[in-house]
Amino acid sequence: MFSIVEKRHWYFLLSALIIIPGLVAMIYSIVVFGSPVKLSIDFTGGALLELRFDRPVQPAQVRQVFVENEYLGTTVQTTSDDQTVLIRSKTMDPADKERIIGELETQFGPVEELRFESVGPAVGAEVTRTAAVAVAVAALFILAFIIFAFRKVPKAFRYGVCAIAAMIHDILVTVGLFSLAGLLLNWEADALFLTAVLTVIGFSVQDTIVVFDRIRENIPRRRGEPYETIVNRSLLETIHRSLATQLNAIFVLIALLIFGGATMKQFVAVLLVGLMSGTYSSIFNAVPLLVVWETGKLIGRPRRATA
Amino acid sequence: MKGRNTVLLIAIVILALIAIYIILPNSPGLHIELGPIKIDRDFEIRQGLDLQGGLQVLLEADLPADEELDAGALDQAATIIGNRVNALGVVEPLVQTQGSRRIIVELPGVQDPDVAIATIQETSLLEFIDAGYEFLPLGTTVQTTYPFLWSEGATTSDLAPGEVLPTPSSQAPLTATTPLSSTEGLTLEVPSVITGAEVSEPVPTPVPTEPAAPTRVYATVLTGQHLKSANPYRDPNTGQFGVDLELTEEGTAIFADFTTQHADYDQSPFYYLSIALDKEIVSSPHIVNPIPEGRAQISGDFSLEEVDRLAIQLRYGALPVPLRVETIRTIGPTLGQDSVQSSIQAGTVGLVIVLLFMLIYYRMPGLLADLALIFYGLLNLAVYEAGWPVLLLISLLMIFSYLMDREDVWPLLLGSGLLILTFVFATAGFAGVTLTLPAITGFILSTGMAVDANILVFERMKEELRAGRSLESAMEAGFSRAWTSIRDSNISTLITCGILYYFGSTFGAGAVRGFAITLALGVVINMFTAITVTRTFMRMAFRWLGEKLKTNKFLLGA
Repeated sequence: MFSIVEKRHWYFLLSALIIIPGLVAMIYSIVVFGSPVKLSIDFTGGALLELRFDRPVQPAQVRQVFVENEYLGTTVQTTSDDQTVLIRSKTMDPADKERIIGELETQFGPVEELRFESVGPAVGAEVTRTAAVAVAVAALFILAFIIFAFRKVPKAFRYGVCAIAAMIHDILVTVGLFSLAGLLLNWEADALFLTAVLTVIGFSVQDTIVVFDRIRENIPRRRGEPYETIVNRSLLETIHRSLATQLNAIFVLIALLIFGGATMKQFVAVLLVGLMSGTYSSIFNAVPLLVVWETGKLIGRPRRATA
Repeated sequence: MKGRNTVLLIAIVILALIAIYIILPNSPGLHIELGPIKIDRDFEIRQGLDLQGGLQVLLEADLPADEELDAGALDQAATIIGNRVNALGVVEPLVQTQGSRRIIVELPGVQDPDVAIATIQETSLLEFIDAGYEFLPLGTTVQTTYPFLWSEGATTSDLAPGEVLPTPSSQAPLTATTPLSSTEGLTLEVPSVITGAEVSEPVPTPVPTEPAAPTRVYATVLTGQHLKSANPYRDPNTGQFGVDLELTEEGTAIFADFTTQHADYDQSPFYYLSIALDKEIVSSPHIVNPIPEGRAQISGDFSLEEVDRLAIQLRYGALPVPLRVETIRTIGPTLGQDSVQSSIQAGTVGLVIVLLFMLIYYRMPGLLADLALIFYGLLNLAVYEAGWPVLLLISLLMIFSYLMDREDVWPLLLGSGLLILTFVFATAGFAGVTLTLPAITGFILSTGMAVDANILVFERMKEELRAGRSLESAMEAGFSRAWTSIRDSNISTLITCGILYYFGSTFGAGAVRGFAITLALGVVINMFTAITVTRTFMRMAFRWLGEKLKTNKFLLGA
């Protein structure tokens, strides 16, 4: 019988390899920007204006108009083509926006307003607070649920902790990679990003539960076998299902990524990474952790298969 | 049991047909009139702001944080804004209070967001107009000379149709006013004909006036700008309630002039200085005495609530609470339409891939799971369009399936739970799900996850077959043994959805909530379709094709 858990030190190493760059990016972000990921106006407050002109424009010139109107910290960049610009500034009064667009039209010709968002700073702070609460509550609920679901199994607490450990692994991978994307691709975390993270948390646990469930079932059936073997057997029995389910979700998400709306792409990408990490962590982190806890051995010793 | 399975199958097919009827693009809807029962529903997909384009505004009470806000005042403000918004001609606008200090306004498909914002934000126009000897009843709509004021020479006049209102420059200068002599604090008395009940909440509604006869245009004497404060009071002698007005310096001067010129000393014919909000009369007091020091009282047969409300309205215009724009989002329609197209594309591609995968990997059971998946999709869409009635049907079907096959208890529990939820939703008026991009993403994702339950069952089935069980018992065992895993993993998803819903509601944006709702709905419906429906199909298949399958393991997906 092929032993998965035997090679667990490799899996932990792989996880570390993925998490560490993300961690570095997050720390860098905190130092430079004050937060582990780049935040969108949903959290910081501010304004976002997307305009399409009838002809190509120079961002610097567009920016000048804003500066002249007392919107000093404004950034302007072109997005899909030379004619479309994305403008970020501090919270903008609709009346001001009117006036500025009028000036832009005088200078650069007809302008189409694709979208406009302005978030007051009070709302931004509130959203941040609610987000932190939501993540904390999610973790608590799920821990409670796992402990409840596994209450009849000896040492139920371990299962809860290992599941949470896998969940934290997924969060670190997802947020870390997003932080990297923020630094390199200018991705910003908005309310949808948080939604994706919370969803990843939910699904990460889902995978873990299926495997733990099988272990729970096998323990009374296979008394006499060492724990490591029971766990390994459970893994092999469920791996088909985990991969099949994972593939389906991935197919769907990739379809969304390729064909879906532009505003959803970041959201879908985060989900994709998170879900893959979720399955990986359930099989290769949560379960081996259980074994480590039980046996106290980080590196598995190859055992001769018992029929 | 076989007969009961057939009955269940028929029930499933009926529900599927109902769902298709609901979803069809040109569905005729449901219009029935049976005695007291009258149903008039159209079935269509509601598009959210990000798909239709439109405007979303979050308004916050512009008062210091520690100043208490009367809950009624915020509701009133929301109602008034709702009326203003209706005047814009927006289809399906949404105006809702949030918490104790906020109002959300959503205007889908609005053509000119900037006009909309201006309409929402502006405080109403308060005017004191020269009505002469004409008593203007409550609610009358009037035209005024605003911004041309009486002090600048405006007079109340009758305009023939097509005649233009004279502007300040063309008028003769004002004649000198008589010197002020009286110093008594005199009251504008409201004739007792107007009882308190008539001073209803003045709601600015647009009244299209197509005058065939000459229109009377009233001179604006004072506006809200001349009002310094308005407070309710109670006369200790008569016990009557009234509103105490205090004018600004400029207002005092104008008011003194006017009242001196037109005081009627409480003798018929009375001279009226009517008060209008957004061109609608709220009060028509007459001028008893000249009032030189800029204080006046409006008295009459008012209740305490009425004077409270009137005072607030006079102070703030029609909005009882000053509001400022806290958050604003506009989406242009082109961006929205692109999103719809791409969502449909993505969903179709995703669904096809999943269907193919199941078919190839599990063959015959896969085909049945595909059918169940299509049924699942139909049910979801039907709920989005029709709302709680479909939930009701689904829960009844679940309970029915329990009755047909008394093995597992859980369809009964799930069905009953869903039934209770349905009643909750029905009373809350849940008529359907508004589709936003995140909601669509949630639905598509739930479709991908939907096969998870099926996969769990089929893998378990394969195991049982390998262990030597017979075909039928392997199938049944597969379903019952996999149930605990399915239940536990889906519950954790539901917990996540609950948290997302809570997160979405404080944010004031439907987007996050939409995702949570479609995902949660998908999970619940999936627990039913993946297990009960697929099992029904499989039982049927085994009955008809059982012999062939026993010899052809490949077809079974083993």
